[in-house]
Amino acid sequence: MTDPEEVRLYRTVRLIRRFEERAIGLVRSGHIVGGIHPYLGQEGIAAGVCAALRADDVVAGTHRGHGHVLAKGADPARMLAELCGRENGLNRGRGGSMHAADFGVGVLGANAIVGASGAIMTGAVWAARRRGGDVVGVSFFGDGAVNEGMLLEAFNLAALWRVPVLFVCENNGYATTMPVDGAVAGTITGRAEAFGMPASVVDGQDPEAVRAVTAAAVARMRAGGGPELIEARTYRFDAHHTFEHAVRLDYRPPDEVARGRSRDPVEIAGARLSDADRAAVDAEVETTLDAAVEFALAGPEPDPADALAYLYASGLTARGGG
Amino acid sequence: MPRLSYRRALTRALADEMTRDPDVFLLGEDIRVAASNVTAGLLKRFGPDRVLDTPLSEQAFTSFATGAALLGTRPVIEFQIPSLLFLVFEQIVNHAHKFPLMTGGQCAVPVTYLVPGSGSRTGWAGQHSDHPYSLFAHVGVTTVVPATPADAYGLLVSAVRCDDPVVVFAPAGAMEVRADVDLAALVPVPLGRGRVHRAGDDVTVVAVGHLVHDALAVAEDIADQVSVEVFDPRTLYPFDWDGLWESVSRTGRLVVVDDSNRACGIGAEVIAGVVERVRLVAPPRRVTRPDGAVLPFAPALDRAVQPGREQLRAAIQNVMKDG
Ligand SMILES: Cc1ncc(C[n+]2csc(CCOP(=O)(O)OP(=O)(O)O)c2C)c(N)n1
Ligand SMILES: [Mg+2]
Repeated sequence: MTDPEEVRLYRTVRLIRRFEERAIGLVRSGHIVGGIHPYLGQEGIAAGVCAALRADDVVAGTHRGHGHVLAKGADPARMLAELCGRENGLNRGRGGSMHAADFGVGVLGANAIVGASGAIMTGAVWAARRRGGDVVGVSFFGDGAVNEGMLLEAFNLAALWRVPVLFVCENNGYATTMPVDGAVAGTITGRAEAFGMPASVVDGQDPEAVRAVTAAAVARMRAGGGPELIEARTYRFDAHHTFEHAVRLDYRPPDEVARGRSRDPVEIAGARLSDADRAAVDAEVETTLDAAVEFALAGPEPDPADALAYLYASGLTARGGG
Repeated sequence: MPRLSYRRALTRALADEMTRDPDVFLLGEDIRVAASNVTAGLLKRFGPDRVLDTPLSEQAFTSFATGAALLGTRPVIEFQIPSLLFLVFEQIVNHAHKFPLMTGGQCAVPVTYLVPGSGSRTGWAGQHSDHPYSLFAHVGVTTVVPATPADAYGLLVSAVRCDDPVVVFAPAGAMEVRADVDLAALVPVPLGRGRVHRAGDDVTVVAVGHLVHDALAVAEDIADQVSVEVFDPRTLYPFDWDGLWESVSRTGRLVVVDDSNRACGIGAEVIAGVVERVRLVAPPRRVTRPDGAVLPFAPALDRAVQPGREQLRAAIQNVMKDG
């Protein structure tokens, strides 16, 4: 029998992988407009981090955010419906790929402004802790975000006020086409250390390694510790954004891509399961995603008359433009 | 009746809301010692957990407030300088304002951004003298500019209670205004509702913030020649169009006095919103800062760039001449 924890991790990476592949298909078929930033290759990070969290913990992600939303427990069917812009989507079709949120499972939103989620998460966890309890939060961001002043301010604020936020940097080597070496002076962990934050580097391709390092950090934070940073080294298997499928940009050497792809989190996690267990998970994931696609494509399109619904929580209505 | 200053009205509004609702807390720079003298006494009354002195990290603490609001608190941020709003425009517009729609109504962001001493402070020069309320009206963030102590109290209370982000501009030119106020009669002032300070028949003057007091002085000055109605929108977004249309439908003439730069300032919107609806007997006029204005340091230059009483008087006389 396989360790149930390993089955769970494998299921999450496999679900994200197949979700993304199906989403890319729906981009190609025109059902998802605007394209997506595929999470392919980085699934081990969302899966490993979220496996170490509780249901009441909170996370916030990025433009490359599908993995975080799914790993935290959002319904893949409603997530896919959101990507398709349907009323039955997580955000009722108002957010799409880059803003998917599910407050019910602690996903405070993907956020398409690079470096933005750190400060928001710091405030959210501070507010949650004010009521007591030992909730922790995770702010996911890419290597590009570590050069955003707003994020560095958030590191300082979280460390100063000892707000238990786990800052997870997914270092996939590139910010769009800009390699890390061309953009980052010093090191990513060095930025955390400058604010007195513990920082560690982990192999982002191994979900179990990510889970273990996250669990240790979360245990320290629940016991009263302040924020920490994890730099998860990873590789983006596909395009920065699906627009690159049409416009080939030449910035990653083919041998580097081949090397990067050779360490596949789905294979690394899958190898820890018996063949039978793995086949069972794979079949269940396909059934789940078949139903998700059906749910998404059958979902009603939002009514254009309600285009600015939810703009104001106070109930204020905006003047029309006509 | 006690004399209440505008500044103390703000203090009282904060204290009353903090007393009423334990989820209200304050954050900002040097607010524990009350450097701007708005949060005076609040640290002692409510403790350091509800009066937070922040590092000089405006972008982070503005989004910190957004996050705290997402999980059920009602933060009030005090900004030391109006121009800091340029620094955090991204955080307010891209995140606080957009979250409710982008999430399909899953959340609310009830943050109040309080700017005591907005506009010219005389002698504080280019980077401390901005009055960027029109920018917030443009993006659709609720924006209030109270003119009197009672309205400062009532609008700040309503801002804190509002489930949306609200920017409260407390103009430097109004901060020292005092008024006889029955403290027991201080009440929340509804957002989006204007107020006629002085009734008149010939022309409606729409005045924003501290300029209400200038408009009232000019109206009094020329009372023997022209009957001026002074309309104070109080909230710039959402705007009290019904109130203004009612006034202008009676007077048939419109002058706006607005401390924004001219192009795309709220004065332009007020005129457009009226003429789309009401047939005026004379072309409307506006008195504003010049296009692209940066307030120069020397006091005479600073004054030259701000809308003044002489310009307002001329504008009123011109609309009377024109029709
Ligand atoms: C503040 C900001 N600057 C620029 C962009 C445009 N942009 C979107 S994603 C991206 C690259 C981000 O790189 P990284 O943080 O490493 O994340 P990755 O895409 O590699 O997951 C850029 C430049 C943006 N969305 N926000
Ligand atoms: Mg990257």
